[in-house]
This record gives sequence, structure tokens and C-alpha cells, in this order.
Amino acid sequence: MRFSALALARNALTGHQRWQPQWRDAQPQADYDVVIVGGGGHGLATAYYLAKNHGVKRVAVLEKGWIGGGNTGRNTTIVRSNYYLPESAAFYDFSVKLYEKLSQELNYNIMFSQRGIITLAHSRHDEETLRRSFNAMRLNGVDCEWLEPDELFNRMPRYNRDSRYPIHAGLNQPRAGSARHDAVAWGYARGADALGVDIIQNCEVTGFLGGDGVVTGVRTSRGEIRAGKVCLSVAGHTSKVAAQAGLRLPITSYALQAFVSEPVKPVFDTVVLSPATGVYLSQTDKGELVIGGALDLYPSYAQRGNFHTLEGVVAGMLEMFPAFSRLRLMRQWAGIVDVVRDSSPIFGPCPVENLYLNCGFGTGGFKAIPAGGWTMAHTLATGEVHPLIKPFGLERFTTGRLVDEAAAAGIAH
Amino acid sequence: MLKIDCPFCGPRDEAEFRCGGESHIQRPGPHNDVSDAQWADYLYMRQNPQGWHFERWLHAAGCRQWFNLARHTVTHEVRAIYAMTAPKPQVEAAEGRA
Repeated sequence: MRFSALALARNALTGHQRWQPQWRDAQPQADYDVVIVGGGGHGLATAYYLAKNHGVKRVAVLEKGWIGGGNTGRNTTIVRSNYYLPESAAFYDFSVKLYEKLSQELNYNIMFSQRGIITLAHSRHDEETLRRSFNAMRLNGVDCEWLEPDELFNRMPRYNRDSRYPIHAGLNQPRAGSARHDAVAWGYARGADALGVDIIQNCEVTGFLGGDGVVTGVRTSRGEIRAGKVCLSVAGHTSKVAAQAGLRLPITSYALQAFVSEPVKPVFDTVVLSPATGVYLSQTDKGELVIGGALDLYPSYAQRGNFHTLEGVVAGMLEMFPAFSRLRLMRQWAGIVDVVRDSSPIFGPCPVENLYLNCGFGTGGFKAIPAGGWTMAHTLATGEVHPLIKPFGLERFTTGRLVDEAAAAGIAH
Repeated sequence: MLKIDCPFCGPRDEAEFRCGGESHIQRPGPHNDVSDAQWADYLYMRQNPQGWHFERWLHAAGCRQWFNLARHTVTHEVRAIYAMTAPKPQVEAAEGRA
């Protein structure tokens, strides 16, 4: 079934009683070409592109809970490619370009809204650093614009003009924006399912088949499943799952929180990120403000978040937008993110044969979903690491060739 | 939120402290015998367990002393506070999931 105005009209006439489930409730088979562990955006996108671009049909996505219920459903839905290093810019910009066409590609409205993202500079030194990012982005072929304080206040009328962190300048990436996170997961799931991928929910991986540095399948809560290749895309839980295959990874898991206010009329039509307050925010189409900040203070697998961080984020937001002090926060939650020393993802094969990694996105995996899926599918199907993700291999921690994006990340995590 | 019993200052709010990550990591040596893989393991690879974690903490806004904690990464329960040079304490009966 394709979504269209006609389908909507037809279903309206039948009282919306005849919509079909968007994907099958697949039962695990005994064996697959590729098993993807983790039914988040990255896992589902990988499955979709495996089937779509490479014709790999026997693919399963195993999800211990429900699809899109981990970090895909817990992020602040920002999509951007304002990175500093050429490797990162190439990868993330490819992702933004895939996002631009994703609603069309999946026949699923992911509500990608390219409203820009503005990074602020609050001092002369910030300004110099930001100018450097501006130049780097230009050199990387990512379009961006420099904004002076007057332009910034025009763009953000509610911004505090008497802030203790005065605005010196801003850097905007106009093509950045936000997308509906659930729709991204569901759209990929529906697309993958239509191409024959088995999406198996409530199926937790508890171990691996094989041994001696080779993986031949997975042990799950619903029985053993053999697989030609296994791909881990489980974000903050990668260390835990990989340890079952005897693999040690350069990952530390932290809780990252996000907050949503009650919905209000349109007050803010872009995304703003302030390094001084450590806060970024945007407004959804529904009218809620979506607010994000820094990581929690210590390693954690608890998806709940810490009050100090909440307090700091709210204080930072009010410094930027005093008018929002009258808003109530409706929801607060945390996702477990896989933080890596150089703030770049880890992609591709690992020392355990047939085991592939897609992890290490830390605080920014959502924006990378289409490109992550695309490049991992290429890597799994052809056995050749996709050129865009070659710099992000696990071996970089041994060779020392890190992709140190930490300096270019908006919020100091 | 944690209340951490600093061995030098007594119980204080977690905001005064800074977590320094996994403890008990030994620097490999002597230097010329250390392979790249060993060095990578020392610098970057971490246990990152879902369970009991033995970690270093600094009382940054207090006495500025380092000490060790045994903390559960899901419940955040702190079960042992011990000196930097002390060995890992037993935090769980027999099975020792750490």
C-alpha cells in the first residue's frame, strides 16, 4: 500500500477502519545472510538499503524492545552537517542530502524541515573559532552563512539582548533542520519490510554463535539464528553486546537527556545552539520546544537522567530566552549514548570475523541514519568498506589516526 | 542524584565531584616493549559494563582528592568507596557480575 491523497480519501470514506499494518510481525527464521542487531534508525536503514541497493533479501533486524524505541525515539531530531574535518563533512553532508529526498524515497512523510541551525559566538574568541568553522565548512563544500548580531536578533526576536553571554556572531547552515524521528524509523521499517526484510521485535540478542574470533550467528531470547554476517547497531549498548563476542571497544556509555515544553504558538523558527550556555533548542510543528544540553556527569545505562543536568539546561535556556520561564516542561527523558574519545563514529569490520560495527555516534546518531544505513549496507553487501566511512574504522585507535571532531561539536560533551 | 561520601570531607552532593572514568587501568611497560595494540587498549578500550563499575572520582569542588567508587551503572547505587591504591573490593556475592 502506498500513501497518497487518494488512499487517504478512500480510507476516510471507510471510516479509517481498513488501514493495514505497515510492516509484518515477522517470526525469526533459522538462518539469514545478514542479521542486524538493533531496530533503531541505523539498523532499519541498513536493512532497507541492503535490500534496495544491493538486492540482499535474507535480512533480519532483531530488536529487543520495539523499533525506534531507543535513541532513535529519544533524540532532539536535529539534522545537520556543519562539521569541521573533511571526513566528517563528507559523511554527514551525504546524510543531509539523503534526508532531503527521504520522504519521496520512502513514500513516508518524515517532515524534514530545513529551517537552518545557528551556532552562536559569545566572545571575540568564540567568534574567531566560529570563523574558522565557517571557513572549514566552505572548504568542505557545505554551504553556510555568517550572521551579525542584528541579523540574529531579527531571526530570533525572543533572544535575550541583555544576556550575560552577549551575541557576537552566528553561523547558520541553512540546509540543516529537523525531521520527525519516529517517521524515519517507521518509514525505513515499512520500506525494508516491503522488500522482504524480517523485522523481529521483542527479540533480544543474548550471545553469539561461533567462537575463536568468528561469528556465525546470534543466540537470542527467541532461539538461535545463523547468519552470514552480523551487524551491531545498538548505540549505547554496543560495549555490552560486543563483549559477548569477546570484543573490547573504546566506548563509554552516558545518559543524554532531552526535554520538551508544553506546546505554544510559533515563537521560534530555526534551531539555535549556544556553546556558552551549553543548550540548543528548536520548536516542533506541534509547538513544543525541544531542548537539549550536555551529557550527564558519569557513565550510566539508566535511561532516566540526572537532575543537575536538567537544572543546568533549563537555566541556560532561560538565559537565552527569558520569556520561556513561563513554560512548563512536559517531558524529560534520557537515552544511552556511546561516547568515543574522538567523537567520531566507528564503522565497518572488527577483529571478530563476520561481525560489523555501526556505533560510536555518541550524541549525534540521528542525523547520520540515512548515510549510516547506506554505507553499512554497501560494506556488508560487497565486503568492501564504503569510501565515506573508511576513515572511521576501529583500527584508527591502534594506528592513532583519530578523526578528532570533538572541537567541532556544538555542545561540549 | 548521588550523595557521595568523600573519604576526606564526608557526604556531599554529586555536583561537587567529577567522574574520571574506569579505575585500575595499568599503564603497560616497559615502553619499548609495548605494541600499538596494547597501547590502544590502555588509552582507549574500556569495559563500560552494564552493572558494577569501578571508577575514579575527584572531589573537584572540595578537597581536590581522588578516590575510587564501586557504582552500579543502572541503579547508580554506590557500594564501596576506597583509596586510589586499594584493590577492587568485592561488591557482589560470589557470582561477581562486574
